[in-house]
Amino acid sequence: MSANPQHTPYHPRWYRAPMPIFWWVRRWIHARFILRELTSIFVAGYALVYLLQLRALGMGPEAYGRFLELLQSPLSISLHGISLVFVMYHSITWFNLAPRALSLRLGGRRVPDKVIAGLNFAAWAGMSAALLWVTLTG
Amino acid sequence: MAVESLAGNVSETPATGQTVTLEVFRYRPEEETEPVYQAYEVPVHKDWVVLDALNHIKDHLDGTLSYRWSCRMGVCGSCGMMVNGDARLTCATFVESLLPGPIRVEPLENFPVVRDLVIEMTDFMEKLESVKPWIIRDEEKPLEDGEYLQTPAQLADFEQFSMCINCLLCYAACPVYGLEPGFTGPAVIALAQRYNLDSRDQGAGERNAVLDTDEGIWQCTLVGECSEVCPKDVDPAAAIQRYKVSSTLQWYRNLLMPWSSK
Amino acid sequence: MLSHDILIVGGGGAGLRAAIAVAETHPALNVAVVSKVYPMRSHTVSAEGGAAAVISPDDSLDDHAYDTISGGDWLPDQDAVEAFVKEAPRELLQMEHWGCPWSRQPDGSVAVRPFGGMKIERTWYASDKTGFHMLHTLFQTSLKYDPIQRYDEWFVTKLLVDDGRCQGVVAIDLATGRVQGIGAKAVIVCTGGCGKVFPFTTNANIKNGDGMALAYRAGVPLKDMEFVQYHPTGLPFTGILITEATRSEGGHLLNKDGYRYLQDYDLGTPEPRPVLRSMELGPRDRLSQAFVKEQEKGRTLQGPYGDYVNLDIRHLGEKIINSKLPFVRELCLKYENIDPVKELIPVRPVVHYMMGGIHTDIMGATPLAGLFAAGEAACVSINGANRLGSNSLTELLVFGARVGKAAAEYAARQKGNGTAVAAQAAEEVERIERQYRSGGGKGERMAEIRRGMHTAMESGAGIYRSHAALQKSAQEISNLQNRIQGIRLDDSSRTFNTELVAAIELSYMLDVAEAILASASQRTESRGSHQRTDYPDRDDDDFLAHSLAVRQPGAAPAIEYQPVTITRWPPGERVYGR
Repeated sequence: MSANPQHTPYHPRWYRAPMPIFWWVRRWIHARFILRELTSIFVAGYALVYLLQLRALGMGPEAYGRFLELLQSPLSISLHGISLVFVMYHSITWFNLAPRALSLRLGGRRVPDKVIAGLNFAAWAGMSAALLWVTLTG
Repeated sequence: MAVESLAGNVSETPATGQTVTLEVFRYRPEEETEPVYQAYEVPVHKDWVVLDALNHIKDHLDGTLSYRWSCRMGVCGSCGMMVNGDARLTCATFVESLLPGPIRVEPLENFPVVRDLVIEMTDFMEKLESVKPWIIRDEEKPLEDGEYLQTPAQLADFEQFSMCINCLLCYAACPVYGLEPGFTGPAVIALAQRYNLDSRDQGAGERNAVLDTDEGIWQCTLVGECSEVCPKDVDPAAAIQRYKVSSTLQWYRNLLMPWSSK
Repeated sequence: MLSHDILIVGGGGAGLRAAIAVAETHPALNVAVVSKVYPMRSHTVSAEGGAAAVISPDDSLDDHAYDTISGGDWLPDQDAVEAFVKEAPRELLQMEHWGCPWSRQPDGSVAVRPFGGMKIERTWYASDKTGFHMLHTLFQTSLKYDPIQRYDEWFVTKLLVDDGRCQGVVAIDLATGRVQGIGAKAVIVCTGGCGKVFPFTTNANIKNGDGMALAYRAGVPLKDMEFVQYHPTGLPFTGILITEATRSEGGHLLNKDGYRYLQDYDLGTPEPRPVLRSMELGPRDRLSQAFVKEQEKGRTLQGPYGDYVNLDIRHLGEKIINSKLPFVRELCLKYENIDPVKELIPVRPVVHYMMGGIHTDIMGATPLAGLFAAGEAACVSINGANRLGSNSLTELLVFGARVGKAAAEYAARQKGNGTAVAAQAAEEVERIERQYRSGGGKGERMAEIRRGMHTAMESGAGIYRSHAALQKSAQEISNLQNRIQGIRLDDSSRTFNTELVAAIELSYMLDVAEAILASASQRTESRGSHQRTDYPDRDDDDFLAHSLAVRQPGAAPAIEYQPVTITRWPPGERVYGR
């Protein structure tokens, strides 16, 4: 009776759709998510550069000078530009997600999501300004 | 009150004269090894939802089409399907909003398909049971002593997570669950949190054994899509992230003050 | 053959409460819940307003009993009502201990709201999703009891009866299509009502009177089947329920002139604030009847889906609506594109609840040994000729718990199944197997039969009934009983064959429809929800009695009567708003 020779009556034969490798290009929200995950590489890149900088500093003024020179190369500057965009994307998306992870209560009321995200952005802006001040005045 | 029945709960409705094509995922394990798409031409009625169109097919065009449905008011959780690629309750998705079509209807993603639009959901049922979704108390209060007092603010702490109708849209939308079927998943973690955050419950420690694991909360990478598709605004993504935060704080507390841990 | 001590058919509120009662009182017994849907899909999920039980210090059990009895037009059995109101508070408290998120007062104690036909505020609620929260609480709590096993998505086709007692069921496992006998020492039917015999109903697709028909076919009488509740406020077209809580919070029903028309129907005088047992807080039967009268006067509005009136909750304000009626707002926005904060809600009466059902005693036992019933499927009876809103959720807890204990005590005394049961099961398995093979696309479509049934039921068994219309509809149902024998089934596969299930459900509905029409036809009086245009008055001399419809194969059912049990409240006039 069965037209499918692999089917045995009373034994369910489920169909499992395979998950394609590029599942994340089909939907914008998934692509955005993968992009956010990818930004971690650039965050790690920044950290690596900073560690190398510290290492160069430890090796003496000459090595440090060479390192600074390297940083000023057009390739390095363009890489930093790209990294900046990704790290901005990383920070903005994570700060927007912060209310998801934090449920704060003040005076019996839940702190609105916008306030939690806003505080994160404010802290970010504040710290950037402080850094800028140290850099420019120091 | 001359109302004639047409499809399911729905009384006869004015047709607009238009038609729309539904491309429906068909899988009949007794006849075929691979799914196929079957196209049906369905009249467009104002106020029809996708489920009404499926009922029209079942009643008038092809009695072999199989799918689950029941309440047609968005609370029983049976009729979740992929509509044009989005996880939706078909009883709450209007045909008019999808014109001119075609409208593609498929079973919820990330689940094995039993037949046509019917998915296999034993996995969810087992995971739900594994997190002990019931009130756990060290000591039961006798009924004679009345209710456990719970202020409206305490109720509000977990109420949102108690709204889950188990429709599984969040599992269909979660790529982590698609890639790692062992993942406990959004709805189950949200329901575990519903009990953890209930002032009457003392079972968080027991549930932690299942949740604070690689296949529990830590498998979630915060795609956030579960909360986007949730028809009841349960926000499972928030439930998981908050659990991560409290679990991390607990970890530090145990590390720094080992004497304080139970 | 599979076997259990106790088999519960139906995994809604009553079935789950019964299962937990068995597991708690007789943990050695093996209990299984057979349900055609996953339990959390059961229709208990759709209940909105609340569950009644005396809790306020100024309330009393007698007040709750009186409201229930007068609301039921003196047809409820008063011993059953007394037991019901007495056990109600404890059951709702038990739900609280199991985690049901009841809405609270500021001090943390349980809050209550007023409800139609109730003299004092005694309706416990979980915002306006009370049934949803109760069902999920019961289901999730049931998971902790090891003795409770489940057959999810198994559809029962027959009760096995041998040696004068019910000894199990035959059911189809939908996922595989296997048909199997399941033996049991006791069977409890908790399959809910049968709203789907009507075209316009709040009821879910699964409410086909399965259990009523199964019991009826096994020779058990169906009691008070003529009493069908029309809820006064359903959304046109979809029949989605707009809870009575809209009115208990202060909503007004308005005709096309914006006039609170209920004042013209002996339901009291309009006050700005809700008054208990008055106007919009009158009982459902009287409100639905008032709609028809208003319609006859041409004072309703006309829409594409029939006549309607307006429900106005705008004056409650957004804050109250969001906190107490969020689901109403969600349903209106999602399904009608109406915001009740700013707009009027169109509503009309809609079939909502079966007061009648399987004839049981006060413990849920039917006349057939080994067969029990509870919930909407059963008729104990506490609802009589008209159920009060918020009594049904409480009923499924009180009588679910009672029936669980009663069935457990019965089962503990029984030995296993006789050999004849297995043979009977095999016969039924063969019958269903033949139906699988009958698929192939000849004959009449099922939808035609269903349409015929809907037309017959609405014209014959609507809010107002008459001899001629009832006779005509009964004849039509009888014709449909013949026509269904030759229907066309397209689907011959075994895997999740929803078409075969729907065909069997339709045959169940025709049996139930037959019982409704015959019972309504014989009751030549008007009482509660049963209004006869040809017999407009209540007749306590002849009809202070429960009707019992007994199936006669190939003929109309025989209708017998059983007197109502009166304890302390002699029949009187139903007074509202005075």
